[in-house]
Amino acid sequence: MAAERPLVKRHHGIVRLAHWLNAIVLVGMIASGLQIYGAFSHFGPRGEPYPNPFDGQSLPAWSRLGGWLAGGLNWHFALAWPFVITGLVYLGFLAWTGEWRALLFRPRDVGPAIQMQLYYLRLRRTHPPQGKHNALQKGAYTFIVVLGALSVLTGFAIYKPVQLAWLTALFGGYELARYWHFWAVWIFVGFTLLHVALVFLVDPASLRAMITGWYRGRFPSHG
Amino acid sequence: MADLGTGLSRRDFMRLGLVAPTALAAACGWEGGPLLEPRLRAISRLNDWVGEKILLSPTRLAAEYPPAARTPAARFPGYSITRNRTGAYPPVPANWALEVGGLVRTPVRLTRAMLEALPRVTYTVKHHCVEGWTAVATWTGVPVSAVAAMAQPTADARYLRFDSFDSRYANGWDLASAMHPQTILAYAYNDRPLMAAHGAPLRLYSPIKLGYKMTKYLTTMSFTRERPGGYWEDQGYPWLGGI
Repeated sequence: MAAERPLVKRHHGIVRLAHWLNAIVLVGMIASGLQIYGAFSHFGPRGEPYPNPFDGQSLPAWSRLGGWLAGGLNWHFALAWPFVITGLVYLGFLAWTGEWRALLFRPRDVGPAIQMQLYYLRLRRTHPPQGKHNALQKGAYTFIVVLGALSVLTGFAIYKPVQLAWLTALFGGYELARYWHFWAVWIFVGFTLLHVALVFLVDPASLRAMITGWYRGRFPSHG
Repeated sequence: MADLGTGLSRRDFMRLGLVAPTALAAACGWEGGPLLEPRLRAISRLNDWVGEKILLSPTRLAAEYPPAARTPAARFPGYSITRNRTGAYPPVPANWALEVGGLVRTPVRLTRAMLEALPRVTYTVKHHCVEGWTAVATWTGVPVSAVAAMAQPTADARYLRFDSFDSRYANGWDLASAMHPQTILAYAYNDRPLMAAHGAPLRLYSPIKLGYKMTKYLTTMSFTRERPGGYWEDQGYPWLGGI
């Protein structure tokens, strides 16, 4: 039966390139960021630390990139370019082609998202009907773009807290912006683990689709 | 379009899939090696250019705080290269005075008393260390622009070099940041004479730069045509250090 499923083109080359470039660059951004964190492993004003499970700790050497603070900074500020450019090219592609419609989580997706969650919890027997992505996926893929944007914006807020003081103020000031910038890392890590787990558990054919563009799997596709 | 996309990316991703994890594994704790490290520093220069030419406003002022917001002095760390090596802050040279020279019409020599007689600026601002911590303190001193006006830099002066008597600590500055109204030669910290930990008798201070750009234990201020290096900058820290 599986053999009769049609082979369809699922992801455009730009999407695949953006996806894998971003995956690699993000690993570098996080690793160099953890190196930078080690220079002062606290948040908040001196002597009044914010809650932080890693307070006062250096993260393990295998998770860091740069060797020392200057090395970490240079990696971080160099990789920030491809990180931002890839993100903008991806968003531009979505806007240009209208592909965003298959990805953006909108209010009307709330109901289907609940149904999808019920299905995953085995409280609903049949898989809810879906388009290219189900409502939970739309939620996840919308959320991760927002998280990426927040990472970039909090990054600029702590990079230029005087020249971009309005942006820094938007995040509650320098100390808080730095705190959010750090938390974004762990949300990225959590997202990635869940994302990879779901690919293999729910739809392994989607891995091939993200590599070659072609999909022969259980879910409808288009494009 | 589909064929082109598939063919190219299949090969590319096979390559990426093989090369990237190996490269990343080797990269942990790595500054970039002889191949990448110079490129990372070149991108850092590009970032300096963006920071100086696009993001820096020569007139935008850093926020000021009430004196009550000051960080307790014990929580505001100071360091010196000499102290890290020998355990003691560098001794102030006999007959200390600030020499202002380089590409200027009138070289100037300013004693501490002469500096204190010049127009003064006092502000309570937030200090940002490259390590990630901040501290609020009050600084008092003479605007660098006022001293520059006395020395009259020539038209070909593009940078300022600040030297110290703390081992070979020095910094190079862009003129726009140096002439910023909040960039001062500070001789007082929290309303008291500057102490050794913060660079006595005279230090550079500016809330628009990271701490490592603010040369302490100043001896000379020279206008130059070529971009001067600096103690940490030469070792890889971003040259501009503007925030």
